[in-house]
Amino acid sequence: MENRKILEIKDLDISFHSTTETVHAIRGVDLTLRQGETIALVGESGSGKSVTMKAVMGILPEGAVINKGSVIYYGPDDLKNGSGAAPGKIGNAAPGEEQSDGDNGVDLLKADKEWVRRNMRGRRIAMVFQDPMTSLNPTMTIGGQLSLAISSHGEEKGYRIKERAVELLREVGITEPERRMKQYPHEFSGGMRQRIVIAMALSCNPEILICDEPTTALDVTIQDRILELIVSLQQKLSLSVIFITHNLGVVAKVADKVCVMYAGKVVEKGTVIDVFYDPRHPYTWGLLSAIPGTGLKGDLYSIPGTPPYLSKDPVGDAFAPRNPYALAIDFKAEPPMFRISDTHYAATWLLDERAPKVKRPAELEEHIKEMRKEVAEYVALRE
Amino acid sequence: MSHSGNKDAQSPAKNSGNEHLLKVTDLVQSFGQGKNKVTVLHGVSFHIDQGETYGLVGESGSGKSTIGKCIIGLNTPSGGSIEYNGDKSIQMIFQDPMSSLNPRRKIGDIVGMGLDIGKKCASKQERNERIGEMLEKVGLPRESAERYPGQFSGGQRQRVGIARALIMEPELIVADECIAALDASVQAQVVMMLKKLQAETRTTFLFISHDLSMVRYLSDRIGVLHLGYLLEEGSTEEIFLNPIHPYTKNLIAAIPVPNPVVQYKNEIRYEYGTSGVLYEDGSWHQVQGGKDHRVFCTDREFKKWGGNADEEE
Repeated sequence: MENRKILEIKDLDISFHSTTETVHAIRGVDLTLRQGETIALVGESGSGKSVTMKAVMGILPEGAVINKGSVIYYGPDDLKNGSGAAPGKIGNAAPGEEQSDGDNGVDLLKADKEWVRRNMRGRRIAMVFQDPMTSLNPTMTIGGQLSLAISSHGEEKGYRIKERAVELLREVGITEPERRMKQYPHEFSGGMRQRIVIAMALSCNPEILICDEPTTALDVTIQDRILELIVSLQQKLSLSVIFITHNLGVVAKVADKVCVMYAGKVVEKGTVIDVFYDPRHPYTWGLLSAIPGTGLKGDLYSIPGTPPYLSKDPVGDAFAPRNPYALAIDFKAEPPMFRISDTHYAATWLLDERAPKVKRPAELEEHIKEMRKEVAEYVALRE
Repeated sequence: MSHSGNKDAQSPAKNSGNEHLLKVTDLVQSFGQGKNKVTVLHGVSFHIDQGETYGLVGESGSGKSTIGKCIIGLNTPSGGSIEYNGDKSIQMIFQDPMSSLNPRRKIGDIVGMGLDIGKKCASKQERNERIGEMLEKVGLPRESAERYPGQFSGGQRQRVGIARALIMEPELIVADECIAALDASVQAQVVMMLKKLQAETRTTFLFISHDLSMVRYLSDRIGVLHLGYLLEEGSTEEIFLNPIHPYTKNLIAAIPVPNPVVQYKNEIRYEYGTSGVLYEDGSWHQVQGGKDHRVFCTDREFKKWGGNADEEE
C-alpha cells in the first residue's frame, strides 16, 4: 500500500521572459511525492529540475512566469477530513487557498505569497542547495545562524533554542557541537558546511526536504557520508525527500522513485527498480550507459549533441535530434506518457503499439544483465 | 625548475630510458612561517613519461592542485625539484569554465591568444584557419569563433578551454579538475573527447581530480594523494583491482554503485586520525606481482595490508 500523497505537481508550465526572448523552460511537469519516500529528479543542466523545485518553494527568479499548473501540498492528517477551515496553521491562515476537487490540499502557486513564505517555506518544505557557502552567512557564527533559523519560526524559546541547535548539530554528525557553535563557516570543511546547511533545513521539522545537488561540489568520500546522512535522517524523521541530481550512482543510493527530465518535461518515471533494470526511454538508456562504473573495460558512452535551447518549442519529441532510435513520428508529434506498469511510465513513441520493436543497446543490455547478476549474488549473500 | 631540452621528443616509449618527460622529486611546499607554518606537500615524487596520462587523485586539501601549480610555475616549491624535459610548452586547463574565459572576448580570440602573443602565424588567414581547425577538433563548430563565452554552455566552454591549451601544441597539459563542474553526461562527452585527443596528438596529460571513476578512463597510471603524501601509485588496473592502502580502498569504495539494490554500506571508513597509520614514518614498498605498483607505508603496515602476500607464504 502506498503512503498518502504529500505534494503533487500538476501540469506545471513555466517560461522565462527577458527583453529579447521567451524561454519555455518547463513544459508540463507532473510529479507526485508520497509521505516518507525519496524521489530523484534526474536530467542534464537546463532540463528544468531546479526550476521545478524553485516553483515549489516559491523562489523563482524574476522574469519567470507560471503559465499554468498547480503545486498542491497536502497537510498532515488533521487537514484531510474535509472540514473546510481546517484547524492548525494551514487552514485559517491561507487566504486564496484553493481546494482541488475533493482533496484537501493547498495550491501553493495560488495561495497568498506571504502565507507561503511564513508557513511553508522552511517550515514544512525545506531546501538544501549545492553550494553550502551560498546558504551560510560568513559573518555569523554557525550557532548564531542556527539559532536564528530556529527562533524565526517561533517554535522554541529562550535557552531551548540553543539546546535545539546543539541537538541538530549532533544529529547531522558534527562532533563537539557546543564548541563548534562558536565557529564561523570558513572554519569548516565543505562537507561539514553541508552538514550545517542540512541541520538548518531540519531546524523546523519540515515534512518535505528538497535537496538540489547537495553533494555535487563535494569529494566522493564526503559525498558518500552526506548521502548516508540524508538517508538515515530521512528514515529517522520519516521525511519526504525530492533529490535533484545528475548522478545516477547517487540516485541508486538514495531514491525510491526516479523522474527523468528532459527539456522541461518528465520523459520517464518509475521506481528505481523500473528505471535501472527496465529503462524504456532512449534518453534514459543514454544516461544509464554513461555511468562510469567500477569495472575496467570499455569506453565511456556519451549522449551525442546538446539539449535544445527552449526559446521556441521543439516540434515533436524534444529528444529526437539526439535519439539514434528516433522514428519519423518523433519529428512531427510529441509522444504522450505511455503506461508500462502501475508505477512505470515513459514518453516515447517506441512504446506505441504501432512502433517497430526496438531493442536496447547491446552494451546497456549487458550492463543490466550484470546488475541483475550482482543483485542475485547480493541476495544470496544475505541469506 | 630545471629545463634540459635534449629529450628525443619522438620516443613515446614508456619506462624505457632513464629520462622522463616530467620528474617530480621530493616536492615540498609549505606556506607561512614560524608557528603558522603549514606544510601541504611532504616530499612527493613521481614521474610522467612522454605520451602518458598520469591521474593524480585525492580529496580537497590533499595538495593535488598545489602540485599542478608548482609544475606550471604558479607556486615556488619550498623544497625538492621538478625536472621538465620537454621542448615545448606546458599548458593548463582550469576547473571552472565559467571564470577562466574572458566574457568580453570572442571565442576565436580567446583560443588564438597564445598564437597572437607568440606571433606564431604568418597571416591572419593562417591564424583563423588554425583556430577553426582546433575548434572542430574539440567538437565545436568553426562559426563559434565569432561568438562570446556567454553564449555557450558549461561543457562547450570547457571545450574552449581545452582548445586554448591544445592550440599551443604543448607537450604536457595539466588538467586540474577540468570536468568536476560539468554534468555527468557532459563529463562523459569531455572525457571521451580528451581520450580521442590523447590518441591523436600523443600529448602527455597530468589529470588532477577527486573522482576516481572518471580518472580511470583517461589515466595510464594513477597516484593517490592524501594530506600532502603520495600514498600509492600504480597502473590504473593495479589501483582498481588490487588497492593496498586503506585510503585508496576507501576512495574506490566511495564511488556510488549505480545499482539500486546492491548498496553496500561503505565499511572501510578510513579516518587518518583514528587509523593509527603515520604517514611520516612511511617509505616506498614495491607491491609483489604489480609492475610499478608501490605503496608508501611502514614495513609493518605493508605486511598487514598484504602487499607482499606472495613473499610470506
